[in-house]
Amino acid sequence: MSSQHSVLFDAPGPRARRRIVVGNIVGALFVAGVAAFVLVVLGQKGQLSWDLWGPIFTASAWENYYLPGLQNTLRAAGFAIVGAVVFGLVFGSGRLARSRTVRWISGVIVEFFRAVPVLLLMIFFWLLLGFNFKQVEEPSFVAVVLALVLYNGSVIAELVRSGVGNLPRGQAEAGLAIGLTGGQTLRSVQLPQALIAMLPSLVSQLVVVLKDTALGQLIVYNELLRAAQIFGNGNSNNLQTLTVAAIVFIVINWLLTRVASWLSRFLSGRTAGATATGPGIGDPTATGPGAVAGAGAR
Amino acid sequence: MGDYLSQISTLFSEYDVLGAFWVNIQLTFWAAILSLILGTFLALMRISPIPSLRWAGTTYVNLVRNTPLTVIMTFMVLAVWTQLQISLADNFEQNFFRLAVVGLTVYHAAFVCESIRSGVNTVPLGQAEAARAIGLSFVPAARLVILPQAFRGAVAPLGNTLIALLKNSTVAAAASVTNETSSLMRNMIEFNSSEIYSIFFIFAIGYVILVIPIGLLTTSLSNRLAVRR
Repeated sequence: MSSQHSVLFDAPGPRARRRIVVGNIVGALFVAGVAAFVLVVLGQKGQLSWDLWGPIFTASAWENYYLPGLQNTLRAAGFAIVGAVVFGLVFGSGRLARSRTVRWISGVIVEFFRAVPVLLLMIFFWLLLGFNFKQVEEPSFVAVVLALVLYNGSVIAELVRSGVGNLPRGQAEAGLAIGLTGGQTLRSVQLPQALIAMLPSLVSQLVVVLKDTALGQLIVYNELLRAAQIFGNGNSNNLQTLTVAAIVFIVINWLLTRVASWLSRFLSGRTAGATATGPGIGDPTATGPGAVAGAGAR
Repeated sequence: MGDYLSQISTLFSEYDVLGAFWVNIQLTFWAAILSLILGTFLALMRISPIPSLRWAGTTYVNLVRNTPLTVIMTFMVLAVWTQLQISLADNFEQNFFRLAVVGLTVYHAAFVCESIRSGVNTVPLGQAEAARAIGLSFVPAARLVILPQAFRGAVAPLGNTLIALLKNSTVAAAASVTNETSSLMRNMIEFNSSEIYSIFFIFAIGYVILVIPIGLLTTSLSNRLAVRR
C-alpha cells in the first residue's frame, strides 16, 4: 500500500492537505449516506425488527443449523484441499517429466479441469453416484469433494510447475552435478523448495475451496449456506440468516488470508523460490491458462 | 459409432444446448461490462489520496472477495426478491436473469478492482517521479502516464477474471435462472441417465472451447501490449 501511494502522488503540501481533508469529509459523508440509505430502506420494509434477527441469536439456531453446517463445510474443504495437493503434486510433476507423453497427458488433464466450471463437475459426479453407484453413502459429500479436488488440484499443479520454474537454475544444476537423476533432483531438491515457496498460495487456495463448498447447496449437501437457508425458510428471515452465514464465511476467509500473507513474509528467507502470494493465485484472477506462471513471476 | 452419433444428435435436437450456452454468454457479457465499470470505480477509490474513499473501497473488496458467490446469488433471490420484494423486471424469467447479473457484477467487481490495482503495481516508481518532475499534478500524471501503462499491465489478470466470470455464470442456477447450462445438463442427465458421460462431455467441451480462446487472446494481447522494461 504505502509504496503505491508514493507512485501516484507526491507528499501533499498545505493546500493539497486542506483539499484532502475536505475530500475526506465529503467521501465519509457519501459512504455514511449510502449506509444510512440502506438501513432506512431495510427499516421501512420492517427488516430490522427483532422478530427476524432474534431467532439467530439463540442456542438452538447454532446447535441445529449453523454449527453442523459449518462442520460439513470444513469437512468437505479439509478433504478437498488434501486431495487437491496430492492431485497437484502428481500432475504438476507430470508436467515437468522428461517423457513427452507424460507431459502431454498431464497437460491435457490439467487444462481440461481448469476450464470446466466446478458446478458442472459437481452436478455430474452427484448424478453419476446417484444413478450408477448407489452403494455410495453420501453422494453429495463425495461429489463436492471430488469436484473440488479435480479443479483445485489442477490449479495447484500449475502452482507446482511455476514454483519449480521460479527456482534459480543453479538448484537443478547442483542436483545433477552431484549425480542425481532428473527425477531425483525434482523430488529431493526442487519440489521441497518449491513447496515451501508455494505455502502462502496454498493457504489462499484454501479460501477458494472453502468458498466453493457453498456450491454444494445446489446438490443438497448440508453445508453452511444450505443450513442457513433451511433455517431461514422456517422463519421467513432468509435475509438475516444468509447475512450471518456470509459473515461466518468472511471471518474465516479473512483470517486465512492474513495467515497467507504472514506465511509469505515468514518463509521468504527459507527458500530460493519467491514466496509472494501474487496478485491473485487462489482468486479467479489466476484461473486462466498461463495465469499462474505470470502471477508467480511477479 | 453411428449409433452413438445418432444418440448425440437426438440429444441436440431434443434439448436446446446451444441456447443454454447463449444464456451463459449473455450473463457473462452484461456482468462483464457492469463489473468493469464498478471495478474501475472501486480501483480509483482504492488508489485515491482520500482516506475515507480508500477505506470504503478496501472494505468492499475484502467483504465481497471472502463471500462465496453462491451465497450472493442465493441472497439475490431469497433476500432481495422474495423478502425485500425488489423486482428488476415484470417478466419472471427476465427478473431472475437480471438479479443474477447483479449478483455476478457485485462479486466480480472486487476482482476487477484487484486486477486494475495489480496493473498499477506494474508501473515503476520512476514513471511517476518523471511525471512529477516535468510538472504534472496528480490527475494529469495519472491520466497521461500511469493509467495507460497500468491498463496494459492489467490485461492478463482482467482476462483471467473474464474466464472466471464465464465459468461462474453457471452459478446463476442458484439465482433461479433455469435455462442456463448447469440446469440444462442436470435436466438432460436426469431424463437420459444412460448417456450421462456423453452429456457431461458435451457441456465440458463447450466450456473448453469457450475458455481456451479467451485465454489465448488475453495472453497474446498482454504480451503485445506489455511495456518492455
